[in-house]
Amino acid sequence: MDLLNAIVALSNFVLVPAIAYGSQLALGALGVTLIYGILRFSNFAHGDTMAFGTMATILFTWWFQSLGISFGPLPTALLALPLGILGCMAIVLLTDRGIYRFYREQKAKPVILVIVSMGVMFIMNGLVRVIIGPDDQNFADGDRFIITAREFREMTGLREGLALKSTQGITVITAVIVVALLFWFLNRTRTGKSMRAYSDNEDLALLSGINPERVVMITWLIVAALATVAGVLYGLDKSFKPFVYFQLLLPIFASAIVGGLGSPVGAIAGGFIIAFSEVTITYAWKKVLTYLLPEAWQPDGLVQLMSTDYKFAVSFVILLIVLLVKPTGLFKGKSV
Amino acid sequence: MIKVKDLHKHFGGFHAVDGANLEIAEGSITGLIGPNGAGKTTLFNVIAGVLEPTAGRVTMAGKDITGLPPHELFHKGLLRTFQIAHEFSSMTCRENLMMVPGNQSGERLWNTWFGRRRIANEERALRAKADEVLEFLTIEHLADHRAGQVSGGQKKLLELGRTMMVDARIVFLDEVGAGVNRTLLNTIADAIIRLNKERQYTFVVIEHDMDFIGRLCDPVICMAEGRVLAEGTLAEIKANEQVIEAYLGTGLKNKVNT
Repeated sequence: MDLLNAIVALSNFVLVPAIAYGSQLALGALGVTLIYGILRFSNFAHGDTMAFGTMATILFTWWFQSLGISFGPLPTALLALPLGILGCMAIVLLTDRGIYRFYREQKAKPVILVIVSMGVMFIMNGLVRVIIGPDDQNFADGDRFIITAREFREMTGLREGLALKSTQGITVITAVIVVALLFWFLNRTRTGKSMRAYSDNEDLALLSGINPERVVMITWLIVAALATVAGVLYGLDKSFKPFVYFQLLLPIFASAIVGGLGSPVGAIAGGFIIAFSEVTITYAWKKVLTYLLPEAWQPDGLVQLMSTDYKFAVSFVILLIVLLVKPTGLFKGKSV
Repeated sequence: MIKVKDLHKHFGGFHAVDGANLEIAEGSITGLIGPNGAGKTTLFNVIAGVLEPTAGRVTMAGKDITGLPPHELFHKGLLRTFQIAHEFSSMTCRENLMMVPGNQSGERLWNTWFGRRRIANEERALRAKADEVLEFLTIEHLADHRAGQVSGGQKKLLELGRTMMVDARIVFLDEVGAGVNRTLLNTIADAIIRLNKERQYTFVVIEHDMDFIGRLCDPVICMAEGRVLAEGTLAEIKANEQVIEAYLGTGLKNKVNT
């Protein structure tokens, strides 16, 4: 019984949140990795692209809510999501046409594009704050829980409860669908193959008649969709605050680099590695250990390796280790 | 077919191509020879749109093509291969070939979702064509191997195969024979001759192997220091004093004479 209680406590506080957070990071990291693979620079504006897409989705959600449209037990934001994606696509294409294309034509070095993307980041960041304000916005509605801790306890008779938030369920299901669609697209369709070809060998792709501008445009469209989905899922699960999305850039980049920049599989693996390490290292293990250890060994303290304030430090330590030991990342991306 | 006029390509103070003038006749297999650093590959790169010329003009069938990007030249039927074979390493040899023809309907996002049948038909035709090309090049057994893993010589064949996937008008081959064994070299030479005869491809071939050049090329153009030194049949070129001094050396001259 103690073992079961320990497992449930572990699932409730570590596994479930880490899987949800990992899915969000993975979707974000996929966007970073695609830009890196195809446009060959690290897009620092990705966090704020996510914020912009989420903001657009929130605005549409509010509009739907004011019209009295709802999605039953599911959050209205899911209905607004396609519109939010379109909004994000528009701004991303606009920045590409207006800014990045100029540097592409100059054949600017990646490092210059990185700095340019930082500029874009600050502009987008400001834009989002001007439009929706710097504060927390709550836009989740619909059922809060798939199963609450109390229902679970009553159902199983265990002392520990397992709460499953509906946003966590939605996150995982959406992430699986989006990733499946993306991989189908990259591996099975001609457009996806052109993208892979362009990422693999740019010179040859050009000499094979692949139109670089089209590949770049499609990449941006996909990245905008991924960023919006990732941002909305994160916002539903926690809350939306522009500054938090700016900070999310760090674990997202850590995920993409740990998995290997340019490798979509790596981005997903990296997302989960970062999420699981952040959650396990900042979790207070006392509860789980109380069930598992004999009474004499039971810990007095919280057995928390690090306070949650340091969670970003965790991703950076992992990032440093990976860069030292295996600079191309776990799935052999391009070296940074 | 292709006319190059007063072409210059400078890298800083270094004049890689320094006022090259040449003309490539339609339907010919023109050989381009010269010592290393003569500017042959740079000339290819400028013609193929990889590099912008510093000065000068390139025309194709009377139309100015100077500075056009490679993918547009590709659609005009101008193709090239690389000195060091390029390939999409994570794709199979067959997929490499199937990448080539541009403007496939599957490249449009709309068709990706709503034109599945059209794409499927197109892919089937392409697949058959790719298999045919692989067989022609005697590497049909490599169809499902990853292109990154096949040998250097086989990659060279794949490069040539790429040009066979579309109706090219002119193909620039940059040292197709380098690092390739004799048997494979003969296969390549046969393929070039057949493509030239049957499909009226015009070829421009950079090569250091004089036997290969002698078997295929007429005329032969010799470059040195970014300029065209001489043009004519291989025998004429071999007899040219300037060429001997700049490239072939006296050893070969003696050999030719004996």
